Amino acid sequence: MTRPGRVRAVLAYFGGPATWRTALVPRATGAARSRSHPWRRHSTVVRMDEGTSRRAVLAGGLSIGVGAAVAPAGAVAGAPAAAKESLLTLVVNGRREKLRVDVRTSLLDTLRDRLALTGTKKGCDQGACGACTVLLDGRRVLSCLTLAVMHEGSEVTTVEGLAEGDRLHPVQRAFVDHDGFQCGFCTSGQIVSAVGLLAERPGVTAAEIPELMSGNLCRCAAYSNIRDAIEAAARMSREGE
Amino acid sequence: MDTFEYRRPGTVREALRLVAGHPDAEIIAGGTDLVTLLRDRLRTPARLVDINGLPLDGLRWSRDGVRIGALCRNAVDDPRLAAAYPVLVEALRAGASPQIRNRATFGGNLLQGVRCPYFRLPEFACNRREPGAGCAAVDGDGRLLAIFGTSAACIAVHPSDCAVALLALDATVVVEGVRGTRRIPVGDLHRLPGATPHEEHTLRDGELVVAVEVPASPFAARSTYVKFRERASYAFALASAGVAVHSERGVVRDARVCLGGVAPKPWRARAAESALRGRRLDEATIEAAADAATEGARPRPDNTYKVDLVRGVVRRALTELRRET
Repeated sequence: MTRPGRVRAVLAYFGGPATWRTALVPRATGAARSRSHPWRRHSTVVRMDEGTSRRAVLAGGLSIGVGAAVAPAGAVAGAPAAAKESLLTLVVNGRREKLRVDVRTSLLDTLRDRLALTGTKKGCDQGACGACTVLLDGRRVLSCLTLAVMHEGSEVTTVEGLAEGDRLHPVQRAFVDHDGFQCGFCTSGQIVSAVGLLAERPGVTAAEIPELMSGNLCRCAAYSNIRDAIEAAARMSREGE
Repeated sequence: MDTFEYRRPGTVREALRLVAGHPDAEIIAGGTDLVTLLRDRLRTPARLVDINGLPLDGLRWSRDGVRIGALCRNAVDDPRLAAAYPVLVEALRAGASPQIRNRATFGGNLLQGVRCPYFRLPEFACNRREPGAGCAAVDGDGRLLAIFGTSAACIAVHPSDCAVALLALDATVVVEGVRGTRRIPVGDLHRLPGATPHEEHTLRDGELVVAVEVPASPFAARSTYVKFRERASYAFALASAGVAVHSERGVVRDARVCLGGVAPKPWRARAAESALRGRRLDEATIEAAADAATEGARPRPDNTYKVDLVRGVVRRALTELRRET
């Protein structure tokens, strides 16, 4: 999995038809601007060696992505200033976490790389896909579009924090019952977003769900099952009260 | 992303001190736009001033209207706001996904960067990003770009829906600086690109948007927002209209017709407003106003369709308002 393909796919979703973004590319090279195209800059082939786990590849791919986006970018401009750090306390899934973070680190990278909570996914890393949705002080937000350092003392709930032991959260249960996914990459974001939605609007109707879930893209297009799952979870929670 | 000094002031005064005289300081509120600009190194502040600790959220109602704190989130859910200013609430809902609206603020929404892809991708020339560098969009793909208010130096579109609604409501931006408070009509906040597209707004050095004031007005309650985009939700406008109409005994006394997605700033279609004033809001008047809304359009070969879309959004908005009576 290379970053360019991923970025381009998501941009195609976000910025309009794929032709819009891809149409720019030949002109970029044609214009012969001195710097290379960012998609190419980030292009790194991750080879699957024997015995390499999928998780290791994904983590490796990720750090390559992060590295390309952060460290070498600084290096390009000459000697980068020393990274500034900050002490941070977050309450993540009910657990108090104290850590020292680079001020530039997104909440998403902090959760995944520092706290090993890899349930929250990095899809586009630019606010287009919703895979990184978490609850921040109870409200659903995109963890890729905010810096960890901005949330001193905040409570964060990730998909790992929803179940109680082996008992799935009603929204998780409903996604299983209604087959609300296919490949599963967007699922943690979908589920956390749905939990946030039900908190915002417990009486949500089936007709309102697509618009209120519009920030979560599903490339497998499991949308109708996702809508059914959320509708069922809403009904269950209303009847449970 | 380059590193920066992170500061989180607790008072407006402290925030102003941190930015005044520091052109390399950047203010962050919701961060939904700025974080991507930092990540792509389109903005490289030496100091990042996080204003989320300032007491600038919430709504304050008075007889004169409502004062919306600059840090009020775009997810604001207030039945009174929806009843008094439908166009604003509809524009906010159309503006972004719930996750983004939970973070994005009123102040940040007004001051967000343009979404011109040539501005967002540093390997293309962009006068807005780098004064004097040239504009790759002028000879590039301009399908999504502006048809009003452009210049040879820039044809980008201002992406905000909220600002279009605020313009239709005659809102004012309240700004604080080290030298005191001043008020800027929303229509005067953004500059047209002219020869200096990098000068995006009329804020002075070190000034901070602290609130938006929306006056009570006779046409606010009868207003609506119509947005055309490439998919049903969660996309920027190809063309949008924030429209408000005040009628007495079936005759339009005053109206606002404001356009989004077609100009470098929220665009007021005054000719359309004139076409409405003094007339009954019937089909012929709506058609005339929709046509008048396109007055002054200078489309490029690849975005002439936007002229038709402008007609379409204005026609639809006015038709909706006509049904409401």
